[in-house]
Amino acid sequence: MASTNGTKQPLLEVRGLRAAVTATGQEILKGVDLTVNVGEVHAVMGPNGSGKSTLVNVIAGRPDFAVTAGQVHYAGQDLLAMLPDRRAREGVFLAFQYPVELPGVRPWQFMKASVDALRKHRGLPEIGAREFDAMFKAAVKEMEMDADLMKRSVNEGFSGGEKKRNEMIQLALMEPRLALLDETDSGLDIDALKTVAAGVNKRRGPERSVLLVTHYQRLLGYITPDFVHVLVDGRIALSGGPELAHELEAKGYDWLKESAGTAR
Amino acid sequence: MTQTATRYDRYQADFVHFQKSLSNGDAWLNEMRQAGVESFSKLCFPTAIRGNEDWRFTNVGPIANRQFAYPFEQASVDAAQVKALSPWDDGWVNLVFVDGRFDQGLSTPAMNRKGPYIGNLAALSAAGQAAARQHLGRHVDAAKNGFAAVNTAFVRDGAFVALPDGAADLPPVHLVFVASRRPQPSVAYPRILVVAGRNSKATLLESYVTLADGAYFTDGVAEVILQEGAQMQHYRLMREAAEAFHIGTTQVRQEKDSTFTSISFARGAAIARNQLHVALDAPGASCFINGLYLTDGTQHIDNNINIDHLKPHTTSDLYFKGILADRSRAVFSGRVIVHKDAQKAYALQSDKNLLLSDGARINTKPSLEIYADDVQCKHGATAGAVAEEAIFYMQARGLDVETATMYLVQGFAREVIDQIKLDGFRQYLELYFIESLPKYQFRSKNQGP
Ligand SMILES: Nc1ncnc2c1ncn2[C@@H]1O[C@H](COP(=O)(O)OP(=O)(O)OP(=O)(O)O)[C@@H](O)[C@H]1O
Ligand SMILES: [Mg+2]
Repeated sequence: MASTNGTKQPLLEVRGLRAAVTATGQEILKGVDLTVNVGEVHAVMGPNGSGKSTLVNVIAGRPDFAVTAGQVHYAGQDLLAMLPDRRAREGVFLAFQYPVELPGVRPWQFMKASVDALRKHRGLPEIGAREFDAMFKAAVKEMEMDADLMKRSVNEGFSGGEKKRNEMIQLALMEPRLALLDETDSGLDIDALKTVAAGVNKRRGPERSVLLVTHYQRLLGYITPDFVHVLVDGRIALSGGPELAHELEAKGYDWLKESAGTAR
Repeated sequence: MTQTATRYDRYQADFVHFQKSLSNGDAWLNEMRQAGVESFSKLCFPTAIRGNEDWRFTNVGPIANRQFAYPFEQASVDAAQVKALSPWDDGWVNLVFVDGRFDQGLSTPAMNRKGPYIGNLAALSAAGQAAARQHLGRHVDAAKNGFAAVNTAFVRDGAFVALPDGAADLPPVHLVFVASRRPQPSVAYPRILVVAGRNSKATLLESYVTLADGAYFTDGVAEVILQEGAQMQHYRLMREAAEAFHIGTTQVRQEKDSTFTSISFARGAAIARNQLHVALDAPGASCFINGLYLTDGTQHIDNNINIDHLKPHTTSDLYFKGILADRSRAVFSGRVIVHKDAQKAYALQSDKNLLLSDGARINTKPSLEIYADDVQCKHGATAGAVAEEAIFYMQARGLDVETATMYLVQGFAREVIDQIKLDGFRQYLELYFIESLPKYQFRSKNQGP
């Protein structure tokens, strides 16, 4: 908990993290260090292909990447030793850059199963269908999602923006301690962007932390981060406050690419 | 006698005994039985030798090599058990056959006054006999199919569904074939004859269920005739025991503008074959054939579908899905023939398989033979594992690999199950399907050590 006396408690600690594509061995993350304290919002920016998605996916446990060095601690626990589903049950949530379609899987049933998995993990009984239904409907409404869409299969036939809203609905239902948002703002129209931003802000609080990957200052206009990091070629090339996002908007990334090159 | 002949002695001996047991059989039926037994003596059961393309992937040696007794003594089974096993609804017309023998007590009384006849083949009036005689054994080719031949040799009880022209608003007809628990491995010969009159509409469900758990053999034959404009919703449930053998031969003949929509669900059995032949014999005849099959252990399921487009403007649409676990095997063979005269035919077929283990195998062989030049045809087949990406997505939502896989497998099946319009059957399958999901050995990178 972020205490009033100024000492902050880390929720996520990434130390010297290196990761490679499992299939090819190609190294993507080349030593990432990052600490997200309880209650903080961090933004990760950086050029295409710099490893932003890889970073959040490695934290969530995607098997396409193999960690070759370093550590990740979450609430003091060794996150890398946990299976992906365990990480989720412990409160780590990844909103996917490209949400996956689940043919024939109904959103309501799927999300109830998620909520129940989390509850079971905490020693709670399954949520009642009525109680869940009320939560589900509230989340669908909050994200301004067409309720009829939620009768289809998860993400199937959803537009890009609808998929992102659907990620937010899941976030709202799962109430994670650490939300990893991978370009949840991409593909959203301006109204949807405000809705998503409001959804994130609503869930900011002393208990929750957010790591959001974005390309745009636009989102950061609605969600003011505590810190901004720039990932270049698998390393954090620069960190700063919210003003760094403005600077990047004006200057682009090339100057950082050069400095990342010379730092080697 | 040769070695191969002796394997079938049991059938011959039982046939002699069977004939004696028929008090005084009708001559035409006796002739049909005699022809059946003679065909069977010549044909025996098909072997998976080269050149016999139809049986290339399905070896029925295990059926031929076992002795299955004809169940002369009728078993009595508990009504509650039958209702629990099958997708029963008291509002349907339910006909129950135990080991192939009609069970009056468990069945809805026959409907035969002014209108449809839905009842036992062996209890027909003179008029009913005349109607049955026009079609029974006329459509299925007992001279070419050993399984149909031996079924015909033992023809006695059976379901006869005769719908007069224009019949509609009938309750769904449910034919339940129960294998009882018997002291020795037994064979049953379910027999169905459906004659749907002009512009009639009906829903028909065949259920094959079991109270037995060891080996037994179900050798069924169904003949379905749809006259002009008839519409039939047909469902077939196979829920046999894991060690059972099941061969089902269905022959459908469709006349002008008739529609046959069929959804089959097949689960288990050591060896099962669902053999369906549809003859689209007049313009405007359409059939939509869907199937879902599940195998695990070392089970084997063969869906052998043959469609003959004989006349112009005929439609066939085949859509099958399979879920295979362990070291099980499935065969899909969809053979669609568009004959010379069948211009403007429309033929689609697809078979999709989900392989839940490395040891599972599918032989899928959709084939089209086209002898007309103005036709629209498409066919395809796929086989693959559960998508890793989807598993990870669900894990990231807190579900373990097993639960995630279960959801995906259910989702895969849902596409077929959702099409079932008969509520009682769809609801039954939704529950039964989950409980009958193969125990998969899905190995994911995410499963950890
Ligand atoms: N599964 C994979 N197999 C092979 N290469 C991969 C895989 N995943 C990522 N990569 C590669 O790793 C690099 C980093 O990819 P990543 O998706 O992390 O970039 P990013 O910073 O999120 O980019 P973007 O801004 O375009 O989303 C890219 O070169 C990409 O092609
Ligand atoms: Mg990315």
